[in-house]
Amino acid sequence: MSNYTISIRPFGQHAILIEWPNIVDEAILEDILQFKTYLTKNFLFPEKWEIIPAYNSLTLVERNFPINFNVLKHNIMQWYSEKSAVEIKREKNLWRLPVCYTTDFGIDIEEVATKVNKSVEEVIALHTSKSYTIYGIGFLPGFMYLGGLPTGLEVSRREVPRQKVIKGSVGLAGKQTGIYPQQSPGGWNIIGNCPVSMFEATRENPIFVSVGDKVEFFSIERAEYDLCVIENQAGVYTIQKIKIDA
Amino acid sequence: MLKVIEQGLFTTLQDQGRFGFKDKGVPVSGSMDVYTTKTINALLENAPNATVLEITMTGPTLEFKASTYICIGGANFVVTLNNEPISPYKIYKVKTGDILSYGKLNLGFRGYLAIKGGFKSKVVLNSASYYYPITKSRCVKKGEELNYDEYEDFNPKISELKISSILNKRELKIAKGPEYNLLNSSQIKQIFTTTFSVSNQNDRMAYQLKEEIEGLSYSMLTSATLPGTIQLTPSGKLIILMKDGQTTGGYPRVLQLTDRAICVLAQKKYGDTVSFKLL
Repeated sequence: MSNYTISIRPFGQHAILIEWPNIVDEAILEDILQFKTYLTKNFLFPEKWEIIPAYNSLTLVERNFPINFNVLKHNIMQWYSEKSAVEIKREKNLWRLPVCYTTDFGIDIEEVATKVNKSVEEVIALHTSKSYTIYGIGFLPGFMYLGGLPTGLEVSRREVPRQKVIKGSVGLAGKQTGIYPQQSPGGWNIIGNCPVSMFEATRENPIFVSVGDKVEFFSIERAEYDLCVIENQAGVYTIQKIKIDA
Repeated sequence: MLKVIEQGLFTTLQDQGRFGFKDKGVPVSGSMDVYTTKTINALLENAPNATVLEITMTGPTLEFKASTYICIGGANFVVTLNNEPISPYKIYKVKTGDILSYGKLNLGFRGYLAIKGGFKSKVVLNSASYYYPITKSRCVKKGEELNYDEYEDFNPKISELKISSILNKRELKIAKGPEYNLLNSSQIKQIFTTTFSVSNQNDRMAYQLKEEIEGLSYSMLTSATLPGTIQLTPSGKLIILMKDGQTTGGYPRVLQLTDRAICVLAQKKYGDTVSFKLL
């Protein structure tokens, strides 16, 4: 893979920021994640370093000690140029998540349908038609920044944010769609609810998704939703996961 | 066990934080004033990561159910052990039935109580630090009992320490943040000449400053944020992320507090003033 032009900037005493060209692009994200894998395996081990990918950036954070910016910058340039010569294997998954789009959950779905000049059924069909790419996880534990929303579903954020958006709410805002992993205030248009907990502290893997993974939604009836909630609580729900070759 | 008789305004268990989950959106959490917690843990010869109680503005009343040794520090509260005042940064032995009571806050905002061996609390994602919903509790509740190991005999190498307090400090040392270069000369001048005051929007997630400066409208892709990151919003608000702060953000990260400056700010409450100085 050819290398991009990257810029490296200091980010306080413990961190360094590496930036790729300022665009939302899957090839750039893949390059970032390959570099992350390369760094984690060879140079910056997880006991001492946290590496946070998001859209066009990678932030490296040292746990305890201040870093030497110039030395690290030099090393990063070196490692980045070496990376293109090695083959990097990286695990990548597609997660299929159920969403109940009924109006008791999708409190804004009728309004959204009107705004985008479609029927509610067409909104659901469009929302479930795509694989979305996880460009970042942040804002709340397990909150995914998903890219790849069909242009036909772009609606602006609600003018007045809600004080309470319930856990599992699936929202639309601008070019983004996502799931609220816990109850929180929020300004997105809510079109449904996903019964699978995106974050569960007691689960073996509390947050199963990773940046670079893909997400698809499929529509479920209310009865299936209720069953899924029970299965989740009992810890017997199997999340649909498909391995993708990176 | 330590029985919580009165819980105080916002009392939490904290260690040095939750490392290794930022890429999943999990804040680091942990003690807001690491400088204090490291000091009192060191006096008790605890590991730096030993779990302590963080006490905010109004403190708790606590009853010990087993003998141990304690040390308090951070904000200057009137603290009594069985109605006798005790001093910070000094080791005290406590026995079953002893009552530790937090009274008036004189200076600072966050007090800390360290206990020999640290509090024994459930570790979730590598840390005992409270952060809801990662931990079940948001804060320590009245009637709750906190676990600790019993100690009868402990001869500390140092039993009392005179420390140079950070409670009176107002100057926050900062480094340039990744988007510092987007600032114009007037914004830079405003940042370094204004005495800022802490707004009522201040908690473990973020401190907002009351005085606004010229805003910065810049559309950037969401990227990582850290404790101590200062974001500048389009309307000119300065938002300083703290230990429970979100791990990513979309506002320009114009400045970054030093570790020590995070501790200094953690001791400020609504209305207190601060100023910035570049490293």
